[in-house]
Amino acid sequence: MRIRLILRRISFLIMVIWAASTITFFIPRLSDRNPIRERFAELARTGGFSASDLETIVASYNKKFGLDKPLLEQYTDYIGSIAQLDLGVSLNRFPKTVLEIVMESLPWTIALLFVSSILSFIIGNLLGAIAAWPKSPSWMRSIATPFVLFMGVPPVLLAIFLLFLLAFKLKLFPLGQAYSTGIAPDWTISFLLNVMWHQMLPAISLILGSVGGWVLSMRGMGVTIQGEDYVNFAEHKGLQGGVIFRDYYLRNAMLPQVTGFALALGSIITSGAVVEGLYALPGLGSKLSQAISSNDFLVIYGIVLFITMSVATLMVLVEFLYPLLDPRIKTD
Amino acid sequence: MTTLTSPYAPPIQPSRWKLIRGYLRRNKSLLAGLLILLFLILFTLTGLFIVEPKHAFPLSVRTKQPPGLLDFGIENWPGKLPLGSDFFGRDMYAAMVRGMWQTALIGVLSGAAGTLIGVVLGFTSAYFGGLFDTIIKGICQILTPIPVFMIQIIIASSLDKRDVTIFTMAGIVVMLAWMAPTLVIRSQVLSMKERQFVSVAKLSGVGNGGIIFGEIMPNLLPFIAAAFVSQVFNGVFSSFYLAIVGLGPLREPLLGNIIWAAQSQGAFFNGWWWWPILPAFAMVLILSSLALINMGMDELANPRIRKTE
Repeated sequence: MRIRLILRRISFLIMVIWAASTITFFIPRLSDRNPIRERFAELARTGGFSASDLETIVASYNKKFGLDKPLLEQYTDYIGSIAQLDLGVSLNRFPKTVLEIVMESLPWTIALLFVSSILSFIIGNLLGAIAAWPKSPSWMRSIATPFVLFMGVPPVLLAIFLLFLLAFKLKLFPLGQAYSTGIAPDWTISFLLNVMWHQMLPAISLILGSVGGWVLSMRGMGVTIQGEDYVNFAEHKGLQGGVIFRDYYLRNAMLPQVTGFALALGSIITSGAVVEGLYALPGLGSKLSQAISSNDFLVIYGIVLFITMSVATLMVLVEFLYPLLDPRIKTD
Repeated sequence: MTTLTSPYAPPIQPSRWKLIRGYLRRNKSLLAGLLILLFLILFTLTGLFIVEPKHAFPLSVRTKQPPGLLDFGIENWPGKLPLGSDFFGRDMYAAMVRGMWQTALIGVLSGAAGTLIGVVLGFTSAYFGGLFDTIIKGICQILTPIPVFMIQIIIASSLDKRDVTIFTMAGIVVMLAWMAPTLVIRSQVLSMKERQFVSVAKLSGVGNGGIIFGEIMPNLLPFIAAAFVSQVFNGVFSSFYLAIVGLGPLREPLLGNIIWAAQSQGAFFNGWWWWPILPAFAMVLILSSLALINMGMDELANPRIRKTE
């Protein structure tokens, strides 16, 4: 039974990745924009070579990348290379592959998004559970309200306001970049502190922007659990409030929240990418917006595909985690 | 034939206006959202009459002027540039009015189109079932884990930037936004077509068209309205994200475009704080008003969470 479930999820994952890569393959080819021609036309304009050589160069590059083959053959080649995690090469920094660019920026993105999304998940769920718990003191319940107000505001906008207030007006934080200019990256304490100081604003804006959602859904979940028989039973058994809160209430209300976390992964990464671009942090998001502004199409497509694949994979992984949290699923 | 008169006085039906007012008092988030929306509409409409339309474009006014509203010096008041101007010489007030008007247009267009597609697909797949239903559901399920914004980036970047207008923006947004309303409408129709009033209608010989438009559709209206509001929110949100990474229609002063331009010119480094802050503030108002209305509509569509007085 379990094996069949796992196989089904994995084949679903493969379907999702196939769909994403098919979309990224065909959409650019539907338009009449030719990335290579545009790139070299730009170089020709800025004065690298004469425009008459342009066609020869484009033709030779088309041949090199296999763009002169029939579409179907290109497609099978493309899917084959995706299966080997080969995401192509950068047009602007030619010998560099997209995977290399992704790998050098990935640690930054993972560090920022991992810390901020886990923190916001924990804070939001705790606040939401407290807000719904009838025995919690009223001042603790009211903490949650301001976070809910931020819910409709995307993290990027919060980031702009934080930049204005804390970095521009009060000068408490830097206006961008991952570390101060002039210091070399190494593993010393002072450098790490410098990096953390620079990551504070992006992390705060990502956390503030997403806590409200967790608060609301957890509060809704908590309200429905209050009337459940097992909670009443635990109360009548004379269990202490803290034990009921932790083991009977929080534990059960958490389960759908984990699914919610898996579903939110896409928007977490999306807003993370945009916020990174705004603060000019060296993560995937900045690489993506640099590629967009310099028309480096293969990098755009590669990064998009990489993000899509990782979101889909993470979603399936979280689903596999689910039986560990909910013993009822295992016995079924 | 004698008419039967009731021994009780007929209940006094309060006027419609009074009912709406009473409902809005209970549904605070809907009220707040509508009030913010009203303010935004007034700002945009008065702006459209006051400002010189061509001042929304570069090289029309003196560059880099701070907002005149904050400047209380007699010679500047009333300043010609109440919200200042940017690095390119756009009057921020004119640019914001135009940008908000276009944001609204994108939102309404993509919201209407997305909801329409969702209603048609969700309805047909739920009502008729079979292979079509399986295909639609399968496509929705496979597309759901894919971050929509990423695909939108691909579409927007394969278009020639000079051709991108606000209509293409709306189109890009709609192309990947119909899945959510389709699934919502589908599940509602699935539960509704098993209800008794539909069976009664079927047994009384009402045709498919009569059941769809006469029986199910009226009950579905609150859900369609709620789906529309959340689609408008989605449309505004996605087009804002696309614009803020530099994939918007570059000629237009869309709010996201203004912020993108400000950020790429280092507005904060150079002290031109009003340039990114004003459109950001407008965007916060737009999105939170839509989110509040959305929450209020949820309550309207879902009586289970409706509050009573």
